[in-house]
Amino acid sequence: MTRYPRWKFFLLLAVLLGCGLYALPNLYPDVPAIQISANDAGGQVPVPVRDRVLGALDDAGIEHGEGETINNSWMVRLESTDAQLRARERISSLLGEEYVVALNLAPTTPDWLRAVGASPMNLGLDLRGGVHFLLQVDMATVIEQRMDAWSGQAKLTLRNEGIRYRSVDIEGQKLVITLDDQIAADAARAPLRTALPEFTLDQSEERPRLTLTLNQSTLDELQDYAVDQNRTALNNRVNELGVGNAVVQRQGADRIVVQLPGVQDASQARRILGRTATLEFRLVADQYSSSRASTGIAPPGTEIFPFKSQNDRPVILEKSKIATGDQVTNAQMGFDQQSGTPQVNVELDSTGARSMQRVTSKNVGNPMSVLFIETKTVMKTVEDEDGERRQVPESTTDQYVINVATIQDTLGSRFRITGLDSPAEASELALLLRAGSLAAPVTIVEERTIGPSLGQENIEAGLKSMALGMALVLLFMVIWYKVFGLFANVALLGNLVIIVGVMSLIPGATLTLPGIAGIVLTVGMAVDANVLIYERIREELRNGRRPREAIEEGYGRAFTTILDANITTMIVAVILFSAGTGSVQGFAVTLFIGILSSMFTAIIGTRALVEMTYGRGARAPAKLSI
Amino acid sequence: MSKAPAKHINFMAPRKVLGILSIALVVISIALLATRGLNLGLDFTGGTSVVVKSEQDLDLDQVRGAVAERGFSDAIVQQYGSAREVSIRVAPTEGVEADQVGGMVFEAVNAEIDNLELLKVEFVGPQVGDELRDQSGLAMLMALGLMLVYVWFRFTNKFGVATVAALLHDVIIVLGLFSLLQWHFDLTVLAAILALIGYSLNDSIVVADRIRENFRNTRETDPEKIVNDAINEMLNRTINTSVTTALVLLALFFFGGEVMRSFSEALLVGIVVGTYSSIYVVANLIFTLNVTKEDFLVVEKEEIDEMP
Repeated sequence: MTRYPRWKFFLLLAVLLGCGLYALPNLYPDVPAIQISANDAGGQVPVPVRDRVLGALDDAGIEHGEGETINNSWMVRLESTDAQLRARERISSLLGEEYVVALNLAPTTPDWLRAVGASPMNLGLDLRGGVHFLLQVDMATVIEQRMDAWSGQAKLTLRNEGIRYRSVDIEGQKLVITLDDQIAADAARAPLRTALPEFTLDQSEERPRLTLTLNQSTLDELQDYAVDQNRTALNNRVNELGVGNAVVQRQGADRIVVQLPGVQDASQARRILGRTATLEFRLVADQYSSSRASTGIAPPGTEIFPFKSQNDRPVILEKSKIATGDQVTNAQMGFDQQSGTPQVNVELDSTGARSMQRVTSKNVGNPMSVLFIETKTVMKTVEDEDGERRQVPESTTDQYVINVATIQDTLGSRFRITGLDSPAEASELALLLRAGSLAAPVTIVEERTIGPSLGQENIEAGLKSMALGMALVLLFMVIWYKVFGLFANVALLGNLVIIVGVMSLIPGATLTLPGIAGIVLTVGMAVDANVLIYERIREELRNGRRPREAIEEGYGRAFTTILDANITTMIVAVILFSAGTGSVQGFAVTLFIGILSSMFTAIIGTRALVEMTYGRGARAPAKLSI
Repeated sequence: MSKAPAKHINFMAPRKVLGILSIALVVISIALLATRGLNLGLDFTGGTSVVVKSEQDLDLDQVRGAVAERGFSDAIVQQYGSAREVSIRVAPTEGVEADQVGGMVFEAVNAEIDNLELLKVEFVGPQVGDELRDQSGLAMLMALGLMLVYVWFRFTNKFGVATVAALLHDVIIVLGLFSLLQWHFDLTVLAAILALIGYSLNDSIVVADRIRENFRNTRETDPEKIVNDAINEMLNRTINTSVTTALVLLALFFFGGEVMRSFSEALLVGIVVGTYSSIYVVANLIFTLNVTKEDFLVVEKEEIDEMP
């Protein structure tokens, strides 16, 4: 019989100890906490504020920890999620808008474990509760808006060059320019090419007409820009909402995933995230009478909008904007000192401020308006080419005037917006302006909300079925294979430690309910390796081999079969990971890790145990307990 | 137990009858899938699903009425795990902001019934549903395709054909049963089907491997006897592995909660069918394709790998 190499024992020991170490933090569950951070960039929470918070918690009878500084924020540990909710409500009303109070989880991992970089597994939303959104960025609207701007640019270029044109039309992603004659068309080519490098000029037009087609690269850039800009804005909004451990990620070409663990009120999150609300500051075109407005036909250079707080009375506004919502650098809710009505105090960036100053200085005494613009998505039934009726989301835009005020004096970078219905509306508008507007409207195309109690139920169900399934398998193996069954069982437990350790080590790995099912399933399938080996040993024994030879043969000849068995399942796990989403990916991950580690423990692990019992040093066994 | 002589069962006796049964089941399954189709879950159809929990047992008709009053008259209201939990599924609705439906449904029921707790809201847009459906179908085909490639590398033609046939047999019959009983087919069930593809092939490969080994090493010339011996030799393994896997799946079925139910159903059925097919479908096809000792005269390059 060959000697069993010593390094395998050490390898086994090292892997088990290593994984065991990194699996340990999972025994220390996170505790609920509230996290407080100052609203202005990078602001620490000053000590007096901390004392006020702790004092308020004491007054409210909420048990709490000492408070600790984590990065730029300050966290207080609490006893329960219930206390967490009460504390948040209490503290956010105490501190007002200058601070963000977020629900979070504080780790309880001992310092020495944290020092080696060990942390518990990430739990998926289906296990900890929370909201998952998948947002689709509506590129059509972005392109439409840009095409408008580009067509304006084309007209301007032609005018500057003194080339007469009949019309500039937008056809999808094309600009079609009709000119008087071929000479004008030829003359227009060069300046248009320089002015609009984003387009390809069609050469083969016979009539006095030019076609400019938007380049694919510009389109891609536009999309990348819109999605990234939206991701940043959403990230800001999520921070404003006060959610700890939130995830905002781009997915694919035009989608963004937002995950908000622990959020219980999905409707608030949805309202804030999905809103494309922005503002425009425009002059009121008061040279036209109100009867002109009620005809519904806007005079050139103007548009008509309803005035919300005045029974939707139509108001004629100039088309050109003085400033827009994305030039807002700060916005805070406040109250008018005289009337006590809610207002939003706004600060503009330098471009916005300059424009505001320029326009208002020339228009003192004239009315200015605040236009509110919001894009919403409604389901609409359409008939597709096959005559099948199906539902498609359609964006509609809500635009209304919230305020008209006479310009009293030249305005600069700071001013206020009034005419809001309620403090809540003012506060939400301030938040949206602060977080930045979305570059493109977004639609929620997928939403999954898991209540916190269901998350807890799912964890319990997962653990219960894992414990029970494992117990049944352990029992079966001992009854069927006796001492060798015991070896397999030790290997199975080692397998579990390795899976948990590896899952905790990989930063991006998340445990979901199907993920737990994956672990349970590998437990059931992992013993297959041992069943194959042991059956082979039994067979060799029946064929008259001596015990040590039988062991040798059993492990040797079963190996290729085991490899086969596991390769097929690993291929499947990889496919599932690439095709699936969220929770199903969790299944693929645990299945894959579980199969690798089970091969290791079932072959090398049990072999080591067998060698320790029946191998070198021990007397040659007369019979095996198998 | 090790001393007991290997049980010897003549597995090959009823092989013709069972062969016809297998073919019949596959044909029926395909017919069912073509006519009835699968009861696709929210992941694939799009729509909204709301799960609520109450302190007392919920009356399904009352819930249905409450939801219908809000204009969701085609809502599907079902019990979810226990009598206190109810799931309400609504297809995408005309003229309503799609992502608001969940909240509206909950409010409608909440107005009727006190102490209602919102357990779960899932909204999947129609476009996402379509995509997930395409992606899932593709994943299933890809898994089958890669298995085919793997088997082709691993076996001679005839054995390859036999194991792949067993694999298709299992997947089709499980899907057929899902169609027949109109069990819920969602993403987790798809995960189960893919896991089954791995499991079923593994099972067949182990049996086929032993048949091949025996063809090579025995002086016996009667193929039926060679196959039968091989199956008998592997019987303990085949059964034990199925039993341990079934045990953990039963634990998942009974205690894993509603989400894991369809998952464990699919795999439990799959394991029964897979165990059967690894014996009968593989063996039957090996006969039908007329495998003889001559098929193994070429010395295989494959040797037993180095031991761990």
